[in-house]
Amino acid sequence: MSQADQTESVEQDGVIESVSGPVVTATDLDARMNDVVYVGDEGLMGEVIEIEGNLTTIQVYEETSGVGPGEPVQNTGEPLSVDLGPGMMDSIYDGVQRPLDVLEDKMGTAFLDRGVDAPGIDLEKKWEFEPEVAEGDTVEPGDVVGVVEETVTIDHKVMVPPDYEGGEVTSVESGEFTVEETVAELSSGEEIQMRQEWPVRQARPAGDKETPTEPLVTGQRIQDGLFPLAKGGTAAIPGPFGSGKTVTQQQLAKWSDADIVVYIGCGERGNEMTEVIEDFPELPDPQTGNPLMARTCLIANTSNMPVAARESCIYTGITIAEYYRDMGYDVALMADSTSRWAEAMREISSRLEEMPGEEGYPAYLAASLSEFYERAGKFQLINGGEGSISVVGAVSPPGGDFSEPVTQNTLRIVKTFWALDADLAERRHFPAIDWNESYSLYKDQLDPWWEANVEDDWPEVRQWAVDVLDEEDELQEIVQLVGKDALPEDQQLTLEVARYLREAWLQQNALHDVDTYCEPEKTYRMLQAIKTFNDEAFDALDAGVPVDEIQNVDAAPRLNRMGTAEEWNEFIDELENDLEEQLRALY
Amino acid sequence: MKEYQTITEISGPLVFAEVDEPVGYDEIVEIETPQGETLRGQVLESSEGIVSIQVFEGTGGIDRNASVRFLGETMKMPVTEDLLGRVLDGSGNPIDGGPEIVPESREDIVGEAINPYSREYPEEFIQTGVSAIDGMNTLVRGQKLPIFSGSGLPHNELALQIARQATVPEEADGDDEDGSEFAVVFGAMGITAEEANEFMDDFERTGALERSVVFMNLADDPAVERQVTPRLALTTAEYLAFEKDYHVLVILTDMTNYCEALREIGAAREEVPGRRGYPGYMYTDLAQLYERAGRIEGKEGSVTQIPILTMPGDDDTHPIPDLTGYITEGQIVMDRDLNSQGIEPPVNVLPSLSRLMDDGIGEGLTREDHGDVSDQMYAAYAEGEDLRDLVNIVGREALSERDNKFLDFADRFETEFVQQGYDNNRSIEETLDLGWDLLSMLPKEALNRIDEELIAEHYREDVGEEAEAVQAD
Repeated sequence: MSQADQTESVEQDGVIESVSGPVVTATDLDARMNDVVYVGDEGLMGEVIEIEGNLTTIQVYEETSGVGPGEPVQNTGEPLSVDLGPGMMDSIYDGVQRPLDVLEDKMGTAFLDRGVDAPGIDLEKKWEFEPEVAEGDTVEPGDVVGVVEETVTIDHKVMVPPDYEGGEVTSVESGEFTVEETVAELSSGEEIQMRQEWPVRQARPAGDKETPTEPLVTGQRIQDGLFPLAKGGTAAIPGPFGSGKTVTQQQLAKWSDADIVVYIGCGERGNEMTEVIEDFPELPDPQTGNPLMARTCLIANTSNMPVAARESCIYTGITIAEYYRDMGYDVALMADSTSRWAEAMREISSRLEEMPGEEGYPAYLAASLSEFYERAGKFQLINGGEGSISVVGAVSPPGGDFSEPVTQNTLRIVKTFWALDADLAERRHFPAIDWNESYSLYKDQLDPWWEANVEDDWPEVRQWAVDVLDEEDELQEIVQLVGKDALPEDQQLTLEVARYLREAWLQQNALHDVDTYCEPEKTYRMLQAIKTFNDEAFDALDAGVPVDEIQNVDAAPRLNRMGTAEEWNEFIDELENDLEEQLRALY
Repeated sequence: MKEYQTITEISGPLVFAEVDEPVGYDEIVEIETPQGETLRGQVLESSEGIVSIQVFEGTGGIDRNASVRFLGETMKMPVTEDLLGRVLDGSGNPIDGGPEIVPESREDIVGEAINPYSREYPEEFIQTGVSAIDGMNTLVRGQKLPIFSGSGLPHNELALQIARQATVPEEADGDDEDGSEFAVVFGAMGITAEEANEFMDDFERTGALERSVVFMNLADDPAVERQVTPRLALTTAEYLAFEKDYHVLVILTDMTNYCEALREIGAAREEVPGRRGYPGYMYTDLAQLYERAGRIEGKEGSVTQIPILTMPGDDDTHPIPDLTGYITEGQIVMDRDLNSQGIEPPVNVLPSLSRLMDDGIGEGLTREDHGDVSDQMYAAYAEGEDLRDLVNIVGREALSERDNKFLDFADRFETEFVQQGYDNNRSIEETLDLGWDLLSMLPKEALNRIDEELIAEHYREDVGEEAEAVQAD
């Protein structure tokens, strides 16, 4: 059941038996699991989550204050679904795909009222449809019959729904249509509209999964450089509050080279969503130069919005992502935060008085998480094409303790782990990704891409950086005990090089116009410049130059300015020259 | 309205009664005891034939003969502009001996969520006059910025100082000087009578009371009432902000008492507990309070929240500060060590944070060097802090000249920048200039977070030389 066909007749009436927060029980309701129902006199939207004899348990997506026993419950007979079609880009939805801008209009207030519905896509708007098939062609499920320009960036492909039979096209024409008008007819008698419906808890069909070999370029040095994510991969960002989860997620949404971004604000702050709504229409997409919003779909279910809709918003988001994947796009989905989603499951589960698992979470927590992350991947599509969904989930572990169930169950599934660290955040080292704890299992399969597209020796240079940082980690333990000056000179120099790696390369200022996005070539060249300093400095040390003199060469602090340099190629050329000259002049 | 004498069970703050007609969830209930006392409560669960009621004033005096009346509506707060200057109890009844409140309207206290699409992003700088906040963790209009404190720390003094001094600078220059002042809504939950007196004395002494609405639930008032007090306060704040165009500062203290009350009710209802016995829905419940801060597009007013909470055992991983930190837009952290050193206010800036700071500062808002100065001071102070551990082991002499400068910086940062006293109101200019005084102790090359042009403009060559001269002596 999606918002668009709320006018269809209801099937069966039940009666409310009890109300406790978002959980309502009803008697005499003839319903299947996961059917959408309308609860009470106000018609609040809900979903069937348990059936026991004549008693049906419903989770309600809206506040239930004032709802009482005896009020009616109407069944729609259909599961929770989303409306799929042109108009989803550049939109902002709540957890059950009600467009928030339309709701504001309908409610006439800035506060979210109850019992108001709106279709997920505009049913009135006419779109210019351009056929890609001719009469007489044979089409199968998933095949593209035509194209609509959805936004300046995105061509929306109108496909044969996956649950159709397919057949010969008997009529198709170009022109302006609403999403509900038929644009093509098939010999099987099926009619194709731009709008499809799909139940959110069911993955859209696709062919085999492939091994991803292309990175999702994020423009963030530590992520691209040390812990890359593949297009079609999964990543988790756990971190205590204040460590920059949301900024990291937003940076990915802004700069990653996906075709489509689905951003889910799940149980997070209202002001953060507002920031996205205000910023994204103005920021240019680094790939196309068009507004970022033209490739973005936002789902906002803030922490004070009803908890049941928070549970469903993850599914709404991934279903929309799958729909664009089916068009052959590379989709990136950010979920901030999956912990709030897990807590919503916990809340509902405890109201159902289910037997709790670890820390009160339901026993099916691990299964739900893996089911969600498994909807990511690089897929063969049913129409023969290729598309991918990359999923990045933020995790908010209580007290920053990574041993809690949501973090642990997530880590068992995802292949890239960006661990955020409160200490780094406190000293304003951003992104506060802890390089000792994070990992990426995609490194090896992505190396060929870096070698082909950036530089041959990329894996070696990266490994050098990792080694230096590892060594620093060990040396720091000694420094804590005896002080830096007690170390031998070569180790002091290693610490100096590591400091530049941290401050000039790993650190990146999301608020600086230039530094906020770093292309792979620049990431490589910056690292190479620090390596030049390293190599020249060690040569000088071997020639007997004291480490103090090496550290004090004029050019070295300029390494810290590479990130913010606009003409970075020239800047780094000159810097490397100066470093070489000045260090060689010492001996 | 039907009256029942059908109470079947009384347990802690909960009363169970049989009913023969449907009762709405969250509805308000009046219970009259045989002694003639009227208690108020709220429907927690409503089933066919039986309801469970949570009684705000506690269940003392109720017996099975008490009569139960269902009012047929959820809890409402009578609101009017005349509430300014009034003192109310935790349930919203006047306790200042003043006239009866004539409401302009009655608002549901649960409050609906603000549509994220209708919000306006907060980016107007509030000058609190406290350097540790203005300079390092800037507060903006519509933000929710809690104070994380501990028992025995002077969080109340800091909250009062903010309430007294908070202004928005541009408006202070305008002709209407009162225009920039905030209306203060003060919600006290479970504070002691002594603390309450301190607050009231300060409000009266500074004349702040006439632009304040005070809700008092004291330590010996019923715990269950604490569930209602912040909602009454926020409903009043929303009315003043979004109907009457006030900029409202809401101070809620102490959120820890609120959460304890939440746990008490959860336990009485025999719910499955979450971490440390707090209910699993505490995150959602707290969010429904904190998220009521903000700005709305097309409305003049704003609601800014400063909730205060005492961290049990000074532990910020305890569920109360932890869940709060995940919802609020940063936190101001009070520190016991700084307090014992006599620093006023004892704000530890390192774990403190204001998430909305970046958009509220800079050219045209505060000063163009604000962001860089704050970043650099953070980094330098953190480095100095690290070095202190080392000094304890190897002594100062074993450290390099550069390291010694960072140590000095950390010391002076605490004793000059953070230390200012509760009656000292510093403008943002003064705060930033003070920042440059301190940063100029460090070598220029060490200022890697600041734009080179800004260094050229603000760096004081003389300060560095002076320090060196002193060292040479």
